[in-house]
Amino acid sequence: MATDNRPLSPHLGIYRWQISMTMSILHRLTGIWLALGTLALIYWLIAAAAGPDTYAVAHTLFGSWIGQILMWTWTFCIFYHLCNGIRHLFWDAGQGFEIRTFYITGYSVWIISCGLTVFAILFAYTLGGSP
Amino acid sequence: MSFRTPLGRARGLGSAKQGTGHWLAQRFTAVALIPLTLWFVISVMIYMRADYVTVLSWLHSPVVAVLLVLLVATLYYHAYLGLQVIIEDYVHDEWLKVSSLVLCKFICILLAAAGIFAVLRIAFGG
Repeated sequence: MATDNRPLSPHLGIYRWQISMTMSILHRLTGIWLALGTLALIYWLIAAAAGPDTYAVAHTLFGSWIGQILMWTWTFCIFYHLCNGIRHLFWDAGQGFEIRTFYITGYSVWIISCGLTVFAILFAYTLGGSP
Repeated sequence: MSFRTPLGRARGLGSAKQGTGHWLAQRFTAVALIPLTLWFVISVMIYMRADYVTVLSWLHSPVVAVLLVLLVATLYYHAYLGLQVIIEDYVHDEWLKVSSLVLCKFICILLAAAGIFAVLRIAFGG
């Protein structure tokens, strides 16, 4: 193949750190982590379909401290990937490329996704959880 | 008109003429996943500590079943498109790349089928 010695771009080694880099990398990392998280969703659905005994095991696993931690990491990843994904859709429509707007929406994604995660945790452990 | 030689095209360098379809599919599934994901997250927040009977009666509802089938199908389509791009970006060994892509696609389809089957079994079951 003639692809061997083609120049690579961007040259990450000489880049100054920017929030856009972190957010772009995190979008992919949260995507990968959410793809793995779908295993939990499928396991939960299969357990519910299998019957009360299997569901009880799944319920215990999700309720364990490690299950809870995993759930909250996925909750944050969902909100981050969702908010930053909406930001991506606006870029696809040609909006939000001005440097000021770019930074405002970037920090907004952080604030909103962290806020929603905290809200979800507080809600689930107080008002919600058992209708 | 094309400036590329037939040999260059045959070697497979450059556009495969499928980029736009992939790009659009990723965006369409992304848009569809916005309401589906929000609905699912809120549902989990409400039902996460509920007992089996309550959860099952929720899963029995036709609206819930249809939305869950749509969620699982769209989710795995979107996940595959994203994982595919990541594999193509970072896995440079041709054999490893192709086998990773095939394996990834098989796993996504398997999990989607299992999830949809579970939802339908509850929905149509007693």
